[in-house]
Amino acid sequence: MSESTGSGDGMIADITTRILRDLADPQTVNNARDESWRAPLWRALEENGLTLAWVGEELGGAGLPLAESFQILRVAGRFAVPVPLAETLVAARLLSAAGIQPPSGPMTLAPVRPRDRFTLDGDALCGRARDIPFATEAEHIVVAAPADGGLRVALLAADGVLSASGKNLAGEPKGVLALDGVRPLAAGIAAGMDGDDVLYLGATARTVQMAGALEAILDISVAYAGERVAFGRPIGKFQAVQHNLAQLASETAAAVAASGTAAEALERRTGSLFLDVASAKIRVGEAAGVGAAIAHQAHGAIGFTKEHVLHRYTHRLWSWRDEFGDESYWAVRLGETVAAAGADSLWPSITAA
Amino acid sequence: MPNLFQFDPIQLPPEAEALRREVREFLAEEIDRGTFVPYPVDDYDEFNREFSMRVGQRGWIGMTWPKKYGGQARSFLERYVVTEEFRAVNAPTRSHFTADRQSGPILLKYAPEEIKLDILPRITRGECTFCIGMSEPNSGSDLFAASTRATRTDGGFLVNGRKLWTSNAHRSDYMIGLFRTSAATKENRRHGLTQFLVDLKWPGISMRPVLHPTGKHEFNEVTFEDMFVPEDHALGEIDMAWRQATSELAYERSGPERFLETIYVLFELVRVLGEKPDARGAEGIGRLVAQLHTLRRMSISVNGMLQAGKEPVQEASVVKDLGTNWEQALPGKARELAAFIDEDEGNRARFDELLDFATMIAPKLTIQGGTREILRGIIARGLGLR
Repeated sequence: MSESTGSGDGMIADITTRILRDLADPQTVNNARDESWRAPLWRALEENGLTLAWVGEELGGAGLPLAESFQILRVAGRFAVPVPLAETLVAARLLSAAGIQPPSGPMTLAPVRPRDRFTLDGDALCGRARDIPFATEAEHIVVAAPADGGLRVALLAADGVLSASGKNLAGEPKGVLALDGVRPLAAGIAAGMDGDDVLYLGATARTVQMAGALEAILDISVAYAGERVAFGRPIGKFQAVQHNLAQLASETAAAVAASGTAAEALERRTGSLFLDVASAKIRVGEAAGVGAAIAHQAHGAIGFTKEHVLHRYTHRLWSWRDEFGDESYWAVRLGETVAAAGADSLWPSITAA
Repeated sequence: MPNLFQFDPIQLPPEAEALRREVREFLAEEIDRGTFVPYPVDDYDEFNREFSMRVGQRGWIGMTWPKKYGGQARSFLERYVVTEEFRAVNAPTRSHFTADRQSGPILLKYAPEEIKLDILPRITRGECTFCIGMSEPNSGSDLFAASTRATRTDGGFLVNGRKLWTSNAHRSDYMIGLFRTSAATKENRRHGLTQFLVDLKWPGISMRPVLHPTGKHEFNEVTFEDMFVPEDHALGEIDMAWRQATSELAYERSGPERFLETIYVLFELVRVLGEKPDARGAEGIGRLVAQLHTLRRMSISVNGMLQAGKEPVQEASVVKDLGTNWEQALPGKARELAAFIDEDEGNRARFDELLDFATMIAPKLTIQGGTREILRGIIARGLGLR
């Protein structure tokens, strides 16, 4: 991924790229016989302040603008980073909004599925959520519970409340969080936020990661098509292959544009936030499906092996499109909103964005 | 990453939003006075010179051009707003849009001063109509196969040959034609073509209509027999048109007209599905709106690049490929989503009428102005595959 540095993505993207190229090279991780790459990678991410990019300076974070530092996750997507960087960033952001000092170490958050709900009654946290990402790796979990006056945000140690419940398509551990009157380590109110904000942050994070992963599979597919010779020439010289890869490029471009729009909207808290995030999660999810299929087709049999890195991207694309609301969830919500406003409001609301 | 993907999020400036309000008021007045209806109907005529002249009075034709040529020196993003508002209500822009979008900018760049001072202000007033003479019977996507010849003669050129699929030629005042002035060379098959400004009143021109499958008259065959073109009507360098085409393509391929051609179907679909659609209907609407919203952000981003003086030909190709595929597939998707809307309950008469219209127009959307295959070839070249 030599093209990714110094490409005008910004300084934060360049720093992230440098760290990940050294410590999370997808082929190296893919070939590794153990997990010894994991600790140094996490240490480097923390030491460079990347995990706390969205935490205010008063709480020990970098306090970077949201949209710019979403580039961290775009780069992470380009490397199919197999640690809870996105989860920790979002969790720390919620803690920061509630005035709570984020702990060090990997975190995850709940809920991830739009229909899971938690309540915080006095000091007692109740609720249940499935599909918690990196459940067995996170040291802490941040739980968001909608309440009057803002979103209640609670910090818990993962031990004892998070139980493993299988793996996502990329083999990353998932878990169930079951809380029945548990007392958190700390809790606070994130004023001006509600339950949707967790979903917006998480969904946007996933779209940015997917856009990065699509950029990467476009890159490696184009490179492979230029190297692999069949019928006496590189397969990239065949028009059928060229047109497939052009389509992958267009889907990637759509993903970059849609995820960038959502990230901007989150930072500027525009009136079109719902439209922007919903559209991004729908459109990038669609691009992930089409794009992964084209990348596999371009690679032929070698791309359908454990030894090749392609699956590190495609399996994550398939998982990420499911988390924080899949395309169908957001499309039904968006469609219902559009229908309720009526046909004559559709164009004005799109152009207000 | 290749700069193919620099689709930076761009916000429309406040002056563009103020302009949007003006444009909406103007269009609402025109609809009220019966100039047009905001969706296509059977006898719909997108050509309306009087309407174009009223648009010209507002300063919305050639609005990015310098004031000395009748323009307003406004930004591409402001022009974007005008274009999308006109498209969204299916306004009859045929008489001025080709000149506004691409012929004017070519003249601005390559025509002699006298011609610019004569023609550009007339375009901005909505008084003159342009068509594009590129395609020929044996040269469509393969533009550089054009064989209509312009042979040197005293004080100019004599043109012989035929152009085909020339949209609107029968109602145009001028054509910008691509003619062969030399043979292609071994090293460069694109060499030898020159763009000319043609006054369609000149002797030596004859036209024949080529009808749509529905019988509609848009296309023409234009035949040239010893048509004389004065020397100063050659645009740019002789034999070098291939070098000039670049920025024209970025203008032509990135605008909102590349995904809003069948938009009335979506509006009408939302209407017939009602305020509380079932999950299937809601999901269908939601996906279409998400796709439309994303296309629009991409198109605005490309116009931001045009405003910044770039030539985003690759990005424009991406927008046109995604956009025309979307507007082409839209009638089919709407048809499925409305399948269970009962005629009596849903009052779907207008929906059906619009669906028929869009279904029949759809095939041409991925052909005109650069076929899907050509666009994907351009994108593949940007990826380094060609």
